[in-house]
Amino acid sequence: MIALAFWIETIFRSLGGLAAVLLPAGPIVYIFLFKMMSFMQSRLGPTEAGPAGTMQLLAEVGKWIQKEDIFPRKADRLVFAAAPFVVLASSFLLVLVVPFGPDAWFVNLDTGIYFALAVSSVSVIGILMAGWASASKYSMLGGLRAAGQLIAYELPLVLAVMGVVIQAGTLNLQDIVLAQAEGEIFGFGGIGNPFILTQFLGFVIFMIAMQAELTQPPFDMPVAESELVTGYMTEYSGIRFLLFFIGEFATAGIFGMLASALFLGGWWVPGLDPDSNLFNIIGPGIMFAKVMGVMFLVFWFRFTYPRFREDQLQQLAWKVLIPLSLVNIVITGILKVAF
Amino acid sequence: MGIVPGMIKGLGVTAKTAYETIFPDGPLKPPSPSKGAVTVQYPHEKETPSPRARGVIALQEENCTACMLCARECPDWCIYIEGHKEKAPPRRAGGKPRQKNKLDRFDIDYALCMYCGICVEVCPFDALFWSPEYEYSEPRIADLLHDKSRLAEWMETVPDFESYESGSEAKVRKVPR
Repeated sequence: MIALAFWIETIFRSLGGLAAVLLPAGPIVYIFLFKMMSFMQSRLGPTEAGPAGTMQLLAEVGKWIQKEDIFPRKADRLVFAAAPFVVLASSFLLVLVVPFGPDAWFVNLDTGIYFALAVSSVSVIGILMAGWASASKYSMLGGLRAAGQLIAYELPLVLAVMGVVIQAGTLNLQDIVLAQAEGEIFGFGGIGNPFILTQFLGFVIFMIAMQAELTQPPFDMPVAESELVTGYMTEYSGIRFLLFFIGEFATAGIFGMLASALFLGGWWVPGLDPDSNLFNIIGPGIMFAKVMGVMFLVFWFRFTYPRFREDQLQQLAWKVLIPLSLVNIVITGILKVAF
Repeated sequence: MGIVPGMIKGLGVTAKTAYETIFPDGPLKPPSPSKGAVTVQYPHEKETPSPRARGVIALQEENCTACMLCARECPDWCIYIEGHKEKAPPRRAGGKPRQKNKLDRFDIDYALCMYCGICVEVCPFDALFWSPEYEYSEPRIADLLHDKSRLAEWMETVPDFESYESGSEAKVRKVPR
């Protein structure tokens, strides 16, 4: 390792954090939200801005920045103004513990996944702030729905991760990736042991809970546009709405990174030595490809299924996903002790 | 558990639609979504509206007598008519000169018009017609107030009368030319 001055290291980390949060969000919005959604509805999506509409997102960002930043008259101005930043901050906190290579990480916490799941709840505070401070009944209901949903789905998310943690024997995300790279399936180590194979139930529960955490349809009760306009975002315009929008899809990308680190082997691909320095260079690219795979599933479900009713949403979390994930933990624990 | 097969079927529907949009000629041909999509790419290609589409209201000026029936029936009050009386030559030799209403102003404010068509229905002299023309948007809302010369231009886009099916001959009216 080259020793760098603290300020240079800080600049590199800040730039790396910005890149890790914002760079996946652009392609996710363009490829899935703009193009794949259009094709699944037999239309073309954006075609005018840039070749095949690739610059559409830049045009939209330019439009949002130009718009007036409106505060409702009865709004709690400070809280209203701060809410989008709190939501976006949770994405930046989440990306801290994601490993991109053997040495390419921001912070290598021993309790990495625990930290990630803890700070992912910070966005609930931001959403509640937005809902409360907007002084609008739609925002209020949207914020309350978001809080209820995110807290309900936090549980299956954590419990689904428990299976992986038991199998890997560590909370450190880097070690979880290495455990998958060095694992064996009945003595055959050719493809390592990506936990999607042994923890398939956990993966399914994690994906469903992740969809709900990202408030993507069919779990978009908080922004249900046919009932609540856009929920907690109703009163926002201009750059603050843009921050909510970026926060939504940046968090989607980072949850995709967590899913690929936990279940798909992270930055590792079969056939290469996980200790080789090559992974520090190609690791982020591999990670990006796996994130795109996970996001394809998320957005495919998003475009296919209609929205849940509020009671169905809670029933799915409390009556189906949590018991299933508890069963998953028990079985994983028994097998871990037995073998 | 009848839910899961249905959900998988739903995923199949969206995937099939995406596939048919991207590869309309089959998997071996290059992808051409602009051919596979069912939508029409509007500014580049245009659909022909059906002949009786309610695009815009056209005015046959010589038929109008400024009787104001359309302006009075209009629910939005978006028709503005002004006229004056003129002497016209007598119909028979030696008769009295006739009085005729001359149209000075006939404006329709398309910013207010809700395309109900009551004015076209109520006109007793066949001066108003529906035209399928639809491309008359303006950057400024005040420019949507169109005067009688513009309304007369649209008269050329009014399609010729197509006869009704047999048994409806009694209804034949509203013939533009």
